Amino acid sequence: MMGSGESRGGARPDFAVNLASRYARGTRWRTMFMLSTLLAIFFLCALIVTIVDDAFGYVVMVDEVDQDSLVMDGMRLETMEAPALRTVIAENLSPRRYRALEREKPFSERAQSDLHAVVLTEIVKPQVVATYTLFESLFDRNRIIQENLEANPDGTIIFRSWVTMHFLTDSLTAIPLSTGVMTAIKGTLLTIMITVLFSFPTGIAAAIWLEEYATDNRLNRFIQVNIYNLAGVPSIIYGMLGLAIFVRGMEPITSGSAFGVTSAGEMANGRTVLSAGLTLAILILPVIIINAQEAIRAVPGSLRQSSLAVGATKWQTIWHHVLPASSDRILTGAVLAISRAIGETAPLVVVGASTFLTQDPSSVFAKFTTLPIQIYQWTSRPQSEFRHIAAAAIVVLLALMLSLNAFAIITRNKLRKQKRFG
Amino acid sequence: MNILTRRAKVSSPLEVAVDSGESSYALEAKDLSVYYGDFEAVKKLSMGFERKKVTALIGPSGCGKSTALRAFNRMNELISGVKTSGEVLFHGVNIYDTDVDAVQVRRWIGMVFQKPNPFSKSIYENIAWGARINGYKGDFDELVENSLRQVALWDEVKDKLRESAYALSGGQQQRLCIARAVALKPEILLMDEPTSALDPISTAKIEDLLDDLKKRYTIVIVTHNMQQAGRVSDKTGFMLLGDLVEYADTKELFFNPRDERTENYISGRFG
Repeated sequence: MMGSGESRGGARPDFAVNLASRYARGTRWRTMFMLSTLLAIFFLCALIVTIVDDAFGYVVMVDEVDQDSLVMDGMRLETMEAPALRTVIAENLSPRRYRALEREKPFSERAQSDLHAVVLTEIVKPQVVATYTLFESLFDRNRIIQENLEANPDGTIIFRSWVTMHFLTDSLTAIPLSTGVMTAIKGTLLTIMITVLFSFPTGIAAAIWLEEYATDNRLNRFIQVNIYNLAGVPSIIYGMLGLAIFVRGMEPITSGSAFGVTSAGEMANGRTVLSAGLTLAILILPVIIINAQEAIRAVPGSLRQSSLAVGATKWQTIWHHVLPASSDRILTGAVLAISRAIGETAPLVVVGASTFLTQDPSSVFAKFTTLPIQIYQWTSRPQSEFRHIAAAAIVVLLALMLSLNAFAIITRNKLRKQKRFG
Repeated sequence: MNILTRRAKVSSPLEVAVDSGESSYALEAKDLSVYYGDFEAVKKLSMGFERKKVTALIGPSGCGKSTALRAFNRMNELISGVKTSGEVLFHGVNIYDTDVDAVQVRRWIGMVFQKPNPFSKSIYENIAWGARINGYKGDFDELVENSLRQVALWDEVKDKLRESAYALSGGQQQRLCIARAVALKPEILLMDEPTSALDPISTAKIEDLLDDLKKRYTIVIVTHNMQQAGRVSDKTGFMLLGDLVEYADTKELFFNPRDERTENYISGRFG
């Protein structure tokens, strides 16, 4: 007798009771996904903490010439007027150095702040004898003071932010205390400008050709495969390519001598902003092409058909429908590529970034250095001050990158809105 | 005189003197075959479409009716690997002749697709754009109003012409697509299952439209729905596996089919 209660309550042998284990498996996976995300966030935080840790903190300064010995008429350096400062300079500077500075700009024409700076850098010459990280400064203050009372009785301990206004606006110098990164910022911006101007139009045009015009034959498939391969080629190899083609092969053009604009005395020999920008451009070209191709491929065929069905030509279809519909995706891909280019160091080293440059690049035919190059150089110096200015430069680089990305995202969102309301 | 070349100077094919030998059909396929690679999707199709009539093509999925329709304005060329042989005559010109320009063909032979696919532009621009790129010289406001009235959409959208076409319902979008096609003043409208993505009410509206539209245009409609073919068409062709099995007046075909396969299909025995 098969009661209905029995069939409902009894086990059904052909279906296992497994809902609990199915849920358990899902929970395990979910935990793993969450942990992966947390791990990524942890490393990101660690990165930021390390940089911030190095960018701020106590420094111990010792003046080569005691500032108290320069007191005149009871006035300290900070309160002195211009004439008094001129006297201090005249009395304490060697005649040769005095004449050299006078030639740069006569002392009689210099303002008080300028004169004060000259006194500090040329006469007082403050030296950093010890630096501390932010964490040490915050939590180990007493030890720092104790240590320096013994080791540097003349030293003053001050809390210093290595990212200062001067650091942002001044040109590079050899002295970590007074150096700025403007030379490198300008170098980076000029280089990236060249990269964008060259790689955007070329990359998008190539993507349009490959997606919309190229027939599916052996040659085009070969080209396509190789573009994918090129996207994976290590960047230093692009550096070699840039060295061979732009620096050596096209030297008259990249050095500017073909246009008669090389400044005498500062021969860059093709190791210019232009060469660097073009090298980075060919480095990210495959990535831009692939991204743009994917963006164009994502445009539904029905959109193309509807345009062609009203008697539009192929080009009208691409220009009026395909490109507007894919512009936001194209832009997203291109921005990611540009972000990569901004951070590239290796190819620029090969192309010949200047190791030490005190003059801001004045044109695309000038010698160059970029932020990553500068960071790389500073981190390889043994003195601890350089570690701190490297951290400060990293802060600047990250800020630059984030603001470029933000600009791109805003532009993309605008394009998206346009797309929706047409 | 060839009206479909790249340098054709006529603004309407009707300006061309109809020579004595021209057929009475608006469009005529002769031995038209379409291949996807080696597969022959349409086999030596020969049929004529009478002026200002609605002709329906019916048949089960994969019978080649949509492929045949796309061959009538060279839309198949957009799919790679498609080969076409035979002739499609429009005003005595084979649209597959080497000196015929596909863009010119599509300008005179309009098309409406299965899924509504308006441009991502305003309602106004959806209609004006096609006319503009084809060098329309008249008043655009008038053209837009006229076209929208022809598809009975004017009253519904006249206050929001500048809004995105995507804000319309599916049925309205499809009528907009028909308006977009008629704005070019084509001679022939090809419709590829225009109501299969729509609800019954929107479908009824479009079916009603066809009666008005056929006063001006020759219409070829592909449909899955036999009742629809029965309601809207003057002539019906039944296709099976790439062959045109039977082609006759719609009433004749539905009530008195000559071929056994047609009878089986319309009585619902397969399909």
